[in-house]
Amino acid sequence: MEKIHQHSPLAEPADTEFDNIRIDGCDGANRQQSTEGFTANLKYLIVGVLFGIVFVKAEIVSWFRIQEMFRLDSFHMYGVIGSAVVVGLLSIWLIKRFNIKTISGETVSISDKTFDKGQIYGGLLFGIGWAITGACPGPLFAQIGAGYLAVAVTLLSAIAGTWVYGFVRARLPH
Amino acid sequence: MNIIELLKKPWPWYVAGPLIGLTVPVLLLLGNKSFGISSSLRHICAAVIPAGLPFFKYNWRKEAWNLFFVAGIMVGGFAGNFWLGNPDAIVVAGDTRQKLAALGITDFSGLMPADIFALSNVFTLKGLIFFVLGGFLVGFGTRYAGGCTSGHAIMGLSNLQWPSLVATVSFMIGGFACTHLLLPFLLHLVR
Repeated sequence: MEKIHQHSPLAEPADTEFDNIRIDGCDGANRQQSTEGFTANLKYLIVGVLFGIVFVKAEIVSWFRIQEMFRLDSFHMYGVIGSAVVVGLLSIWLIKRFNIKTISGETVSISDKTFDKGQIYGGLLFGIGWAITGACPGPLFAQIGAGYLAVAVTLLSAIAGTWVYGFVRARLPH
Repeated sequence: MNIIELLKKPWPWYVAGPLIGLTVPVLLLLGNKSFGISSSLRHICAAVIPAGLPFFKYNWRKEAWNLFFVAGIMVGGFAGNFWLGNPDAIVVAGDTRQKLAALGITDFSGLMPADIFALSNVFTLKGLIFFVLGGFLVGFGTRYAGGCTSGHAIMGLSNLQWPSLVATVSFMIGGFACTHLLLPFLLHLVR
């Protein structure tokens, strides 16, 4: 137990030879080669603010909208996700087609997703949680910001769920 | 009608969807970042409670951008509700409203039903089911699936990744099954 504690990334920055970020398909991973400091990271905060405003204003964070979606009573959420995918698809095609570089001049690189059974089992479990809480991870943050402070409990529990996954990962079918 | 009044109304899907889609190229071009939100939960684990688990052994500082992004979403949630908030009650589809009313939901005024999401419910059975159990499934499920609605349904599908299609279909099946089979039972339990 003590030995584990000594090597905890809490005590020192994580060792790059233990860089396990890629072992779950690395959604949301950073592929930029040059490192970014605090001020460079502020631009992602600004993107997040705009994104959070859209979340609230389009009522995507609403438990009711998620219920409408799963009861097929409204087109709203299907329209949001569908048009987001179309715009994303077109953007990635344009970036690849014209080899558009990042603002620091790097070639855009996106890792491929590899299939494992987790996408089915985990996907089903998340779907159940989505219908109960009315939120996927992004809206959890927006709901708390919008003043639904009880959702902080949901967020903490989601962090706990992520941690438990990390703990039992080796024993789960993948 | 002035611009602020217009912004305060709920935004239609054909405005919000494309704006959310634009997050994909914006993050890629700003710094080669793939859009994905559930990974922020993993980075929080890696930063705060790694406990020597191999799954949390990586350089989370390199992924700090994701934590800035979700902090921004929280600020945006505040701005969207308190500065640009809709002065009128949310319009919930009639059929959904009727079915939920039959299950005991009475408050249809806000974005979230106050019957469930009131702060006073935290230490009740409602809190245990809707916050603790629901949140746990969101965190565990998204990590097991390797992504959430943003990482799989939007980023993955935009990049034509078939495993993301499998994940998205699974999210939807889980959600439909829960809404129609499990939720009536859960809402009955807390009545």
